[in-house]
Amino acid sequence: MPRFLKEFFTRNGVGIGSLMLGLVLFWTIGLIILPQLSMLDFSFRPNLPPPEVGGPKDVYTLENYKYLIFGPEGGGQAFNAVDLKVFFRTLVAAVCVTVFNLILCYPIAYYLAQSKGNHIRIFALMLIIPYWINEILRAFALRIIFGETGVLNTLLVGSGVFDTPFDFIRNDIALYAGLGYAYILLMIFPIYNVIESLDRNQIEAARDMGASWPMIHRRVVIPYAKPGISSGCTMVFMLSAGALAAPQILGGPSSLWFTQLITNHFTNNSDWPQGAAYAVVLLVTCILLVLAIMRLFKVIWEISANEELLLHAAEPLVLPGDLLRLSPGATGDHVGHCLQLPGLPADDALGMPDL
Amino acid sequence: MSAGVGVDLENLWIRFGDFVAVRDANVNINGGDFFSFLGPSGCGKTTILRAVSGFLEPSDGRVLIGGNNMKGIGPNKRPTALIFQNLALFPLMKIWENITFSMEIRGASAKERRKRADELLDMIALPGQGDKLPSELSGGQRQRVAIARALCAEPDVLLLDEPLSALDLKLRQHMRTELREIQQRVGITFIYITHDQGEALTMSDNIAVMKAGVIDQIADGKTIYNDPSTAFAASFVGENNVFRGKVKRVMGNEALIETNRSGDLVARISSANQGRMKEGEDAMMFIRPEAFTLAPEGASGDHFVTAKVNHEEFEGNAFNIFMEGEGGKELKVSIPNLGQSFEDHTGQNITLEYETNNAVCVPAGELAAE
Ligand SMILES: Nc1ncnc2c1ncn2[C@@H]1O[C@H](COP(=O)(O)OP(=O)(O)OP(=O)(O)O)[C@@H](O)[C@H]1O
Ligand SMILES: [Mg+2]
Repeated sequence: MPRFLKEFFTRNGVGIGSLMLGLVLFWTIGLIILPQLSMLDFSFRPNLPPPEVGGPKDVYTLENYKYLIFGPEGGGQAFNAVDLKVFFRTLVAAVCVTVFNLILCYPIAYYLAQSKGNHIRIFALMLIIPYWINEILRAFALRIIFGETGVLNTLLVGSGVFDTPFDFIRNDIALYAGLGYAYILLMIFPIYNVIESLDRNQIEAARDMGASWPMIHRRVVIPYAKPGISSGCTMVFMLSAGALAAPQILGGPSSLWFTQLITNHFTNNSDWPQGAAYAVVLLVTCILLVLAIMRLFKVIWEISANEELLLHAAEPLVLPGDLLRLSPGATGDHVGHCLQLPGLPADDALGMPDL
Repeated sequence: MSAGVGVDLENLWIRFGDFVAVRDANVNINGGDFFSFLGPSGCGKTTILRAVSGFLEPSDGRVLIGGNNMKGIGPNKRPTALIFQNLALFPLMKIWENITFSMEIRGASAKERRKRADELLDMIALPGQGDKLPSELSGGQRQRVAIARALCAEPDVLLLDEPLSALDLKLRQHMRTELREIQQRVGITFIYITHDQGEALTMSDNIAVMKAGVIDQIADGKTIYNDPSTAFAASFVGENNVFRGKVKRVMGNEALIETNRSGDLVARISSANQGRMKEGEDAMMFIRPEAFTLAPEGASGDHFVTAKVNHEEFEGNAFNIFMEGEGGKELKVSIPNLGQSFEDHTGQNITLEYETNNAVCVPAGELAAE
C-alpha cells in the first residue's frame, strides 16, 4: 500500500477511511470517468439508426472528428470554417472572461480576506444571494438590463449619452457581462480562501522594510495566492467555455458558442456521435490549454515545492458563516474539474442516451 | 560604540475605541541601548512597538526617533525594522531572498543581494544555507534569519516582539547571549519586548516594567530587581514574598510596617517612594526568598519572621522551604546549598532573619498574577 494511503487509513480509521475512499472512487469513476468514456466511445462511431447499432456498419471511425475540421464530405470547402471559427472564438472569449474576472475579483478577494469585522459577512452574503437565483433567470435578468429597450439603454438614451439605443446584445457585451458575472464567486472564493490564510504580519513585514503596495502584491501576496488564482481561473475558464445558458440567452444572433453547436448535434440533429466528438474536442483542448498555462506560470512546480500551500489549497473552501461549501481543487483536483465541466452541456442537459 | 539613534515616547496614549491600551507612556531610550519592555500578556507591549514602527498612530502624544517627530510617517519610511512575534518570514522566498528583501525593494541587483546575504548568513552562523526555504530551517535558525533580514535593512532602531517565545528553554537562553552580542556588534538601538523577566534582566541596559497599559518603572535591571517602585514591579520581576500591612512609623528611608501576620517588620522604603509613605497607610513589603537566613530559635524583633513550615524541597543548588504565608500564598525561602547539613523542618515553626536593606516596602498596590 502506498504511504499516503496508509497514512490516510491510520488517520481516519479503516471504516470511515474506506467509506470515504469508496465514495470518492464512485464519484470519480462512476460519475465522471465512465460517462466520459462512453462519450469518447460514441464520438468514434457513425450515427446509425437504432436497429443498425452493433451491426456490421457499427465500426470505429474518425468521421466525426473530420467533420469538425473539414466539414461535410463533398461540401466544397477546404475547412469547416464556420464551426472552427466558433470553436476558437469560444476559447478566446473564455480566456478573456477569465482574465477579466481575475482582474475584477483579485482585489475583492484580497479585501474580503484581509479586513476584519462583520461587514465582511454582509459583503459575502451580498455576493452569494444572487446565486440563490437560477442561472437562467439571472441571464434573463441581464437581458432585461442590456436589452434594446432595457434599463441601461433607457438610462443612457434618457440622459443623452446615446442618441439611439446601443445594441449590447448584438455586440456581445451582454454575453461577456453575463459570463463574467456568472462565475465571479468561483474566482473570488478560492483566492479569498488562500489569502485569508496569509499571515498579515508578512504584509506588514514587507511594508516595514519599505515595500510599496504593488511590490507587496507582486512579491508576497500573489505568489502566496497562486494556488487559489490558478484554481479560480481554471474553474472560470472551464465553466465559461462550457457555458450554455448564458450564450443562448445573452448571445447575439451571430455569436454561436461552441456548446450550442454541441447541443445542436445532440438535440436538433439527433447526431449523438457528432455531438460527442465536438464535446471531446472541447474537453481535451480545454485541459491542454489549462495545463499549458499552468506550466507557463510554473504553478505546478511551486505547489509541489511547498507542501504547506498544497494543504491550504486542498482544504474545502468554507465561506464566511458557512454559507456555502465548495471544494475548489488543488492541482490534483483540476483534472477532475476539467473532466467534469465541459461535459456538462453534453450529458447534463440531455440525460443519458436511451438506445 | 556608535552613539546610535534614540527613541522617545512623550505622553503616548493609544486607545482602541473606549479601551485604553497604552496610558500616558513617557520613555526615553538612549541611542545604542538595549531597551526592554517587560510585562504580562496583554499589557500593551506589542501596541507600543507598533506605534514606534508606524503601524499604529498614537491617539495622543508623540513618538520621536532620533529627535524627529514620526507623526504621519508610514512604517515603510521609518528607520526602524520590526521582528514579529511569529517572525513572518516569507515562506515562498529562499532564505537569501528573505534576508535581502529590503535591498530588492531599493532595486539592488541580484548579485549585490546575494553577496550581502552571504555576509549576513556568516554573521548569524548559517553559512551556505541561503538556498533553503524557511520551512527547511529549525526554529532557532529561522529566528536568526529574521534578525538578519531586519539588520539587512540597516535600521537605526531594531524592534523585537518576543522573538524568542517560540523557542525551547535551552535555545532561548542561548539566543539571549547571541542577541546581546549582535546588538553590541552592530551598535544600533534595540527595543525588545518580552514577558520573560529573565530575558529582560540578562540582556537589557534598561527595562520598562508595564502593567495594563501603564509603565510602572523604568530603570536598569539591577535597580528594578533590588529597588522596585511598585508592588507590581516587585512581584513581577523575580520571585518575591509579600507582606501586607500598614505603615506604623517612618524613620528616614526605613519604615516599620505593622504586618497582618508577622508582627512589626522593618523595611527599606524603595527610592521612588521615599517621602511618599505616610504613617497609617496601607503598604506592602517584599523580601526575596534568598534574602532570608535561618535564625537561632527564640529570636524575635523587627527583622525576624516566624511561621510554620508546610513542606521543603531540595533543588540542588538550594534548599527551598515553603511556609505558611498570607492569603493562602506560601512564603518561600531559599537557603543556598553549600554542603551544610540540613534538617527537615516540616510541621515545625521556624524563625527567619533578614537584613533590613534586603526588605523593600512600597505603597499597597496590585500584584502580578502568577
Ligand atoms: N486592534 C486592536 N483593537 C482592539 N484592541 C486591541 C487591538 N490590538 C490590541 N488590543 C488590545 O490591547 C491590549 C494590548 O495588546 P498587545 O497586543 O499590545 O498586548 P501584548 O502586551 O503585546 O501581549 P502579548 O504578550 O500577549 O503579546 C490587549 O488587551 C488587546 O486586547
Ligand atoms: Mg504582543
